[in-house]
Amino acid sequence: MSSRDEVLRAIRASRPPLERLLPTVPLFDDRGPILLIAAFKESLERMGGVFLDPPASGDALAPVREKIANAKVVCSTVPEIAGNRDITRIGAPQELADVDFAIVGASFAVAETGSVLLTDRELRVNAVAYLAQHLIVLLDPANIVANLHHAYRRPEFREGHYAAFHTGPSATADIEGVLIHGAQGVRSLSVLPVARAEPQSPR
Amino acid sequence: MRIGLFIPCYIDAFFPEVGVATLELLERLGHEVVYPRDQTCCGQPMANSGFNIECTNTEALFVHNFSGFDYVVAPSGSCVHHVRDNFDAIRQTPEVKQVRARTYELVEFLHDVLKVAAFPWARFPHRIGLHNSCGTLRRLKHATPSELHEPFYSKPMDLLSKVGGIEFVSPARPDECCGFGGTFAVFNEVVSTKMGYDKVTDHTRAGAEYIVSADSSCLMHQQGCAERIGLPIKFIHIAQILAGASA
Amino acid sequence: MSGNDGMLHPDLLGRDGEEAILRGGRRLDHAEAASKPLRSHPEQQPRGAKVHGRRPIDQAEAASRFIAAPEHEKMHDERLWDLRLKRDREMQALPEWEELRSLASAIKEHTLTRLDEYLDQFEANARSNGVYLHWARDAAEHNHIVHGILRDHGAKSLIKSKSMLTEECGFRYYMASVGIEVIETDLGERIQQLDNEDPSHVVVPAVHKLRTDVAEVFAATIGTDPDNSDVHYLAEAQREATRPLILAADAGMTGCNFAVAETGSVVVCTNEGNADLSANVPKLHIASIGIEKVVPRLEHLAVFVRLLSRSALGSPITQYTSHFRGPRKGGEMHIVLVDNGRSERLGLADFWTSLKCIRCGACMNTCPVYRRSGGLSYGATYSGPIGLIIDPTFNARTYSNLPFASTLNGSCTNVCPVKINIHEQIYAWRRELVRQHEVPFVKKVVMKAAGELLSRPAAYRAAISTTDAVLAHLPRFLIYNGLNAWGKHREVPHPPRQTFHSWYHANRGEKP
Repeated sequence: MSSRDEVLRAIRASRPPLERLLPTVPLFDDRGPILLIAAFKESLERMGGVFLDPPASGDALAPVREKIANAKVVCSTVPEIAGNRDITRIGAPQELADVDFAIVGASFAVAETGSVLLTDRELRVNAVAYLAQHLIVLLDPANIVANLHHAYRRPEFREGHYAAFHTGPSATADIEGVLIHGAQGVRSLSVLPVARAEPQSPR
Repeated sequence: MRIGLFIPCYIDAFFPEVGVATLELLERLGHEVVYPRDQTCCGQPMANSGFNIECTNTEALFVHNFSGFDYVVAPSGSCVHHVRDNFDAIRQTPEVKQVRARTYELVEFLHDVLKVAAFPWARFPHRIGLHNSCGTLRRLKHATPSELHEPFYSKPMDLLSKVGGIEFVSPARPDECCGFGGTFAVFNEVVSTKMGYDKVTDHTRAGAEYIVSADSSCLMHQQGCAERIGLPIKFIHIAQILAGASA
Repeated sequence: MSGNDGMLHPDLLGRDGEEAILRGGRRLDHAEAASKPLRSHPEQQPRGAKVHGRRPIDQAEAASRFIAAPEHEKMHDERLWDLRLKRDREMQALPEWEELRSLASAIKEHTLTRLDEYLDQFEANARSNGVYLHWARDAAEHNHIVHGILRDHGAKSLIKSKSMLTEECGFRYYMASVGIEVIETDLGERIQQLDNEDPSHVVVPAVHKLRTDVAEVFAATIGTDPDNSDVHYLAEAQREATRPLILAADAGMTGCNFAVAETGSVVVCTNEGNADLSANVPKLHIASIGIEKVVPRLEHLAVFVRLLSRSALGSPITQYTSHFRGPRKGGEMHIVLVDNGRSERLGLADFWTSLKCIRCGACMNTCPVYRRSGGLSYGATYSGPIGLIIDPTFNARTYSNLPFASTLNGSCTNVCPVKINIHEQIYAWRRELVRQHEVPFVKKVVMKAAGELLSRPAAYRAAISTTDAVLAHLPRFLIYNGLNAWGKHREVPHPPRQTFHSWYHANRGEKP
């Protein structure tokens, strides 16, 4: 008998002979309309993320350009802004080890938690969101859902092979509860709300 | 009402004034109270250590002493919890089930059954730290435990609010266990006493002159700790306050 | 308590509980202060329970050493109580909190009663996504399988994120024995690995360590300044030391918080992003998964993700919640499903619901015994309340003392996001261990004697009156000595003039 068969046999022999119905999970969104972008901003900042206020007029991406102005290596995975490290030419993730700023696009965001969803489709090389020192995320404000119950109804979790919620920067409080940003991953996460075209498929 | 008075072993031995207060309080409220003289213990110390079989005769003796009353009342949450929820070493005859179902702890009896509206003879002009033992709090549900998202209620506070002059203080960790835990107090005494020191220090810092509880076992442990570290805080059972004690 | 406190250097203030400082409630303020040096050496870290083969772990002994290190104990207790308070704050902000707990409990119980079906479904979906799936009956087989995968790929170094399952399997020790370098990437786990010590808490593995302890470990292993215990300095030093190892690693391993049957997804929650580094930098990703981690559908994830970090750390979600559905382009993904006693536990009527555990650590944070003992005092992979009910299934003899390291206060049950009745299972284990004769003989004799005495009214009465009389007259040194455990650190109750029983007889005229 293979290990698989043995484990399954053992489970079948031990299973409690009890009826335990699977409950229906409500959406928990009946508390009236909330201003999604404001709620998202509050949650994001609570978790240590930076919300880049969109400029009143002119270049919608100005806050990002300002941030990366003096950076040595910028890797952009979005068409809206150019970096100096081409993500499409990356062979191995290790080639991204010296990236100062990575600019990526979020599929959507969650107001309840302040999270943005990054997927393999948009990242191209997943490791870019973890090896860069700083992460900048472009988020279309039309793509903010109220809470996680709504989030898990989105198609991104059934397509592609990788989808990750980022909520603020890499953090830890493992030593005496002192909060550290940039534990192993990015030292900062900034989100710029900007209207976006549909994400392009990888070249 | 004909009430059978159950006085747990440690109250009998070390805190008879709590038994006296309970008896006098129930009589003052107009009820017939009988103390079956052959009672000993509910079996909890053995049961809590996993020795259930060893409880059999003790439990049988308890039922023998307490059947036939309208209610069985005891000034001890842990004992009543044991009788109502864990009393299963003996065969569960209708008599056993009846005694178990009719056994009440004093606070819940006063609050839920007698629904006492006033204690006109009671006055206790002191700052008190209310200690809800874990048994009364989480098993007998005397009050909202801080871990749960529930609307606030507190039966002991309701009763004590009817006592003139009482002022409640707010300790930092109101429902953290004080560390008695039955045989834990002896077999894990270092942790037990550390928890006790922390508890009495918390109440002292909050400004309490007295720690009040419905459980003398906790009070006994806390008093032992307070005296050892030299804190002047005093201890009293809720029955004594409600019965009219002034200090 | 004393008006002079504000004038004294904080190092010189006595901590409450030190017998020498207080007399009759007042602090002595003359000779006490001068004798202590102003700068003291950092307090040495108390080590965990002493393990002697399979002999029962003496948790009380290890706990007493932890308490004898007051700086460690105070930091540990306050840090974890703070996490408990943060959890409460999150709870208060969610009106649906108790409903979420009920849903989480119901989803898990349903899944466990149909565990074989859901594992089947999970496997089928994972495989169709291109994942290689293996099954391990026990810890040894898990280690063997992982070793085989690494060997097949010529992998000599492995970076990994936190996984209690791999701790259970003794994974690091096995890999060391076959010459594969394992690098923990979670900061707390890395500290513990470098210190050659097990993690003490499921979420914050080094919570028992002061920054000075970490400074000592890092100075000896990654070359930091031994006198610099600044936390930012230490964390940054670890980041820079570990980064090259991450980049050079041949393979990466993660654990799993939730395995979704519907999509074959492996969900991992971290705050550092180290699971994402471990899985996305090297070409090879191995995920070790306990069979009880399965949940039926994506919609159920919402319930668990909403509860997990709120319960563990008091934040609405971890910084990273990652869903791995298959290998990335050019990479390979393996899953090892591990039983290691879970299917057996599923068959225990009183204890199967312990399999609902999502490893949030809330029970540890709230447990007043755990906070004062330190997780290492339990001498087992799982410590705290959940440890008390899981560990005896691994070895009833070795862990026979653990269910007694509890006051049965029930706070753990109330904070558990999946509503495991922890304190009731602790109580049930005590009965079970007595039944299996895994309790000290002396205790057995005492309890049997107690049972007999308490069922005989006349004998009982005689014993009580003797005790009271004796207590009233014995000299202090006879009551307070090493043999009387009650009296080591607290006063015994004052014996009254008479028992209630005698009072009743005297005042209410009952015949004896």
